[in-house]
Amino acid sequence: MARVVVDVMLKPEILDPQGQAVQRALPRLGFEGIADVRQGKRFELEVEGPVDDAALARIHQAAETFLANTVIEDFTVRVEEGQ
Amino acid sequence: MTARVGVVTFPGSLDDRDALRAVKLAGAEPVALWHRDKDLHQVDAVVLPGGFSYGDYLRAGAISRFSPVMETIIEQAKGGMPVLGICNGFQVLTESHLLPGAMLRNNHLHFVCKDQKLRVENNGTAWTSDYAQGQEIMIPLKNMDGRFTADRRTIDELEAEGRVVFRYLDGNPNGSIDDIAGITNAAGNVVGLMPHPEHAVEPIVGTGGTDGTGFFTSILKRLVNA
Repeated sequence: MARVVVDVMLKPEILDPQGQAVQRALPRLGFEGIADVRQGKRFELEVEGPVDDAALARIHQAAETFLANTVIEDFTVRVEEGQ
Repeated sequence: MTARVGVVTFPGSLDDRDALRAVKLAGAEPVALWHRDKDLHQVDAVVLPGGFSYGDYLRAGAISRFSPVMETIIEQAKGGMPVLGICNGFQVLTESHLLPGAMLRNNHLHFVCKDQKLRVENNGTAWTSDYAQGQEIMIPLKNMDGRFTADRRTIDELEAEGRVVFRYLDGNPNGSIDDIAGITNAAGNVVGLMPHPEHAVEPIVGTGGTDGTGFFTSILKRLVNA
């Protein structure tokens, strides 16, 4: 089965307090030099059958209507190679 | 002749019982609705209650929005049926696009649970007619994802059309844009807010305030006089 990955991130203009909390914790753990952190979501979809244009179009639609809320989030869809 | 007001129970709803009780105390007939049942059982209005429907998985309200009962509610709300979304119910309404914008994690990342002062900015909706314009009310607020947001154009449109129904007073508890606590759609039949009026309807509980009763008496008057 082929894997399609959908990454969902808050839009750049949306405040991400979770990412900020992670960023602030990093120096306390000795990880210096990280200027900013944004936290997102990754969905791994195991697709039955061929991942052709039609299948990708369906996944794009699922991402747009369900996996992401496009009022506040952006998403990308990509096929994971080499499996 | 009274009005039938339905309250939906999703898996993970918490405040459905309180909402049913508030409907009853106002003198309307409460009707329990089930998320898997498309039939609204001849209700005249619907309350989407607070809680953590579907565990808030994916995003708060995101999965509930696709439940069978919501299909019917979305269709009928577009036709004018009054719908009130409280807290998680408000999140369901934005995810359903019955109301604009979206809800984000509180800006300070803490769960909020407190009595919250609000100003009624629009008493022209189906759910707020029993309040005076500009009235200040005290309503419990309890949520994690209460930061209402929308793009500037949407906010300007809401403000210009008087569709901001409630605003937080004495400090913004979650970082929402323009201190917005609740909004309505253009027709005024769909209202969503983060605070919980159904927890402020009896003197014996909480701080003893009954400032939430007006939501339920407003809708009863609207439906009986319709």
